[in-house]
Amino acid sequence: MSANAHSVVEPSAGAKLAASVLVILYACVALIPLLWIGLTSIKSPPDSIAYPPKVVPFVHFTPTAEGFCNLFTTRSRQTPDYIAGLPPSTGGCDEVARSRNMVVVGASNYVPRFVNSLIIAFGSTALSIVLGTAAAYAFSRFRVPLKDDLMFFILSTRMMPPIAVAIPVFLMYRELGLSDTRLGMILLYTSVNVSLAVWLLKGFIDEIPREYEEAAMIDGYTRLQAFWKVVLPQATTGIVATAIFCLIFAWNEYAFAVLLTSGEAQTAPPFIPIIIGEGGQDWPAVAAGTALFLLPILVFTVLLRKHLLRGITFGAVRK
Amino acid sequence: MNQMPSFDSISTRAAAATPVRIAARVRGLSDTAIAWLFITPTMLLLLAINLFPLIWTIQLSFTNYRANRPNAPVRNVGLEHYQTILTDPDIWARMQATAHFVFWTILLQTVIGFALAYLIDRKFRGHGFWTTLILIPMMLSPAVVGNFWTFLYQPQIGLFNYLVSFVSGVEPASFQMLGDVSLSPWAIIIVDTWMWTPYVMLICLAGLRSIPDYIYEAAEVDRASNWRQFVSITLPMCLPFIMLAVLFRGIENFKMFDLVNLLTAGGPGSTTELASITLKRAAFEAWRTGYSSAFAVIMFVMIFGLANIYVKALNQVKAR
Repeated sequence: MSANAHSVVEPSAGAKLAASVLVILYACVALIPLLWIGLTSIKSPPDSIAYPPKVVPFVHFTPTAEGFCNLFTTRSRQTPDYIAGLPPSTGGCDEVARSRNMVVVGASNYVPRFVNSLIIAFGSTALSIVLGTAAAYAFSRFRVPLKDDLMFFILSTRMMPPIAVAIPVFLMYRELGLSDTRLGMILLYTSVNVSLAVWLLKGFIDEIPREYEEAAMIDGYTRLQAFWKVVLPQATTGIVATAIFCLIFAWNEYAFAVLLTSGEAQTAPPFIPIIIGEGGQDWPAVAAGTALFLLPILVFTVLLRKHLLRGITFGAVRK
Repeated sequence: MNQMPSFDSISTRAAAATPVRIAARVRGLSDTAIAWLFITPTMLLLLAINLFPLIWTIQLSFTNYRANRPNAPVRNVGLEHYQTILTDPDIWARMQATAHFVFWTILLQTVIGFALAYLIDRKFRGHGFWTTLILIPMMLSPAVVGNFWTFLYQPQIGLFNYLVSFVSGVEPASFQMLGDVSLSPWAIIIVDTWMWTPYVMLICLAGLRSIPDYIYEAAEVDRASNWRQFVSITLPMCLPFIMLAVLFRGIENFKMFDLVNLLTAGGPGSTTELASITLKRAAFEAWRTGYSSAFAVIMFVMIFGLANIYVKALNQVKAR
């Protein structure tokens, strides 16, 4: 009977084929802009704006590291005579710059901005998950007075437009010495993320049968032990999925970053759009910056893909 | 059930290892105490960084305070800003642009997102791999992506125009997605839908997978058709998930700033000037802090009111 039941809910081969064709088609179209970011990052500036577009590397255009060089360095234009008088180039980006009649004068701000993004995103995600899991457990299991109102208050904090929050937060941070600091941005992003964390995690914890904890407590566990040793391991999938959402938000946040940070704590998103070359935006450098910025999140998500996709297991325990 | 650890041995060892007085004290922590211990840190953070600024914003909205002149005398202007904003036809045009954006993005994302989730849930070979690929756009920063899409939308050299002309035969330089008054509202809808459809899809997928097999098995036993199963089981059981996705996307898009600010910055003219961009122009370019605070409060009340009604509906659906 159980083998039969399995085949009953299994879609037919035809349905699977049709579904796979449609999904793959969508994925291919949706990935074109991302493919273009990758291709643009290895083009020279003239190749990047050629018409018709140059698509295949080594066939339509010669790949170059110029975009990455321009991303990591600042350069100044010099006369050919001046460059001829310089000692031989050290190779790499120096060589690329000289071929454009430029000299590398220093490192760009991309690396410090990237590091800021890393610290702020991971810091606020960790904090959001710790706070959110605790609050979600309390809301899920206990009789909290005004529970629905508190849950709605937590959600309502997400409804404030970031621009509206920015002015009072800026004034407040100036008083507290938190303006343009990583700690300030971590706290700010945590306050935004924790509402999402509480709501998502409450859903996940609601699904874990209370019987597990009750059994553990009958066996002598305290409530806290039961939470730590029974509920948390069961909630791992939910916590990981929630953490990914929080991480994505903090990593990508732009409005607060552009309005509240200018140097010390500035993250990559406000920085990448202002990468400009001579006579407008340096698209290969922008594409290179974008590609590198996407990579950590991409790797992280692919590693955790199984947890993300397993999703929620409603009623898996009840027979 | 076979995954259940052996509590007996663990708890016995834990009890043996814990000094009696501490054990008694921990055991003595009532559920109420734990509930408040767990909720309070989150509440304090939200009070400090969300509620307090909101109250400050409300207070500023009754004044002519300007953040770039902190030392200028501040005058109380009462409800003047509110009156100005609510009777300003330009503001209502901005609200209309915002509503247009929110409506179409949510409609497209929900339909495409649910359809994709449903197709992926057919569990064809390699569906995990393709799902991961489809999720990528929503991981990108809207600001960084919006910035790159301005490149794709370039009339002569942009890939978007090239592909449209490749498919339709229209001259690629003949239309400007970002520069044309009639096209720019759709340009931002296209990018937002491209980015956030995976988000709706992921939540719908979780909903689809939450439906236990035995319900479908029971429906099979009752000889319910596939369509009947979809309408009576799949859709209703997914509805709370779909509604949650719509709620989050609705709120996010009502206050949309980053993507549109970098794509069009509200242009051409004010065609794509969504409410948040108006707010940013008033607050950080004109430095009319009091006026923009009033506008922020109006926006907040609108979002809050609509969401409040919506959550009530969501709870009703869940309770069914």
